[in-house]
Amino acid sequence: MTEFLEMGGYAKYVWSAFGLTLVVLVANIVVAQQQFRSVRTRLAQRWANQQQSPDL
Amino acid sequence: MWTWFHKLGSPPHLYRLAGKLAPWLLWIAIVLIAVGTYGGLVLAPPDYQQGDGFRIIYVHAPSAWMSMSIYTVMATASAIGLIWRMKLAFAVAAASAPVGASFTFLALVTGAIWGQPMWGTWWVWDARLTSELILLFVYFGYMGLRAAFSEVQKADRASAVLAIVGVVNLPIIHYSVVWWNTLHQVSTVTKLDNPSISMDMLWPLLVMIVGFNLFYIAILATRVRSEVLGRERNARWVGEALDDLLPENRVTA
Repeated sequence: MTEFLEMGGYAKYVWSAFGLTLVVLVANIVVAQQQFRSVRTRLAQRWANQQQSPDL
Repeated sequence: MWTWFHKLGSPPHLYRLAGKLAPWLLWIAIVLIAVGTYGGLVLAPPDYQQGDGFRIIYVHAPSAWMSMSIYTVMATASAIGLIWRMKLAFAVAAASAPVGASFTFLALVTGAIWGQPMWGTWWVWDARLTSELILLFVYFGYMGLRAAFSEVQKADRASAVLAIVGVVNLPIIHYSVVWWNTLHQVSTVTKLDNPSISMDMLWPLLVMIVGFNLFYIAILATRVRSEVLGRERNARWVGEALDDLLPENRVTA
């Protein structure tokens, strides 16, 4: 196990590259889903307001 | 076939289809990326020259691949939008840009992390690295240009022109390692008939590339949904799509 983690002396390079990849992938998921949720909330608010004014 | 194509052009249909597909695509992508990572870090043997350091290829090459293929999608969708005035094509292009930029960033940084132990430097101003950096700036330019317009139609058209012009950079990135002398090694994978990499090293890389592609499509699906909602905000179907968030469900038709 330790030998695996040491990556033949390249530990800091290999693990930082894979770690950063994980961060970028997770960030892509989180940002896309947050954006989707906030767009939905904002537009729902807009629809609710429009329905209160019947002239629309 | 045509009805299918026609349906795909209808915003509410695309919105629902993307919503159904996105979680599946994302999970398949996560499984493939996990399998590829295990194969790359554990099962593949160390390289005879680079030892375990070569394993960075399993995240670097797929990121670099995505940085270019997402750009190709973005530019193609932009062209389709301009030529056939397809609003959904513009939505696909706009939704692709941030994902493409993030993979370009990842390709550059993992490349630097790989370069340090192998070449003795994080960065050289050679053709491959410089053209990839320019790709990142083109993505930023595209997003910045979009953000500068308040009207989405104007943003679509202006940014589409930029995306199409930026295509000239793609062959430069791809052939840079052949055209110029560089520290960057030549491609390992694109010559599948005569690969310069053994099968037990190659398969995790291919699994990673497929996984990254599905990952992009999954993120694209969610981002396109946001784009479509915003663009169609006055359409009746949007009110129905937001039904669950509206007070007393007053929109139910």
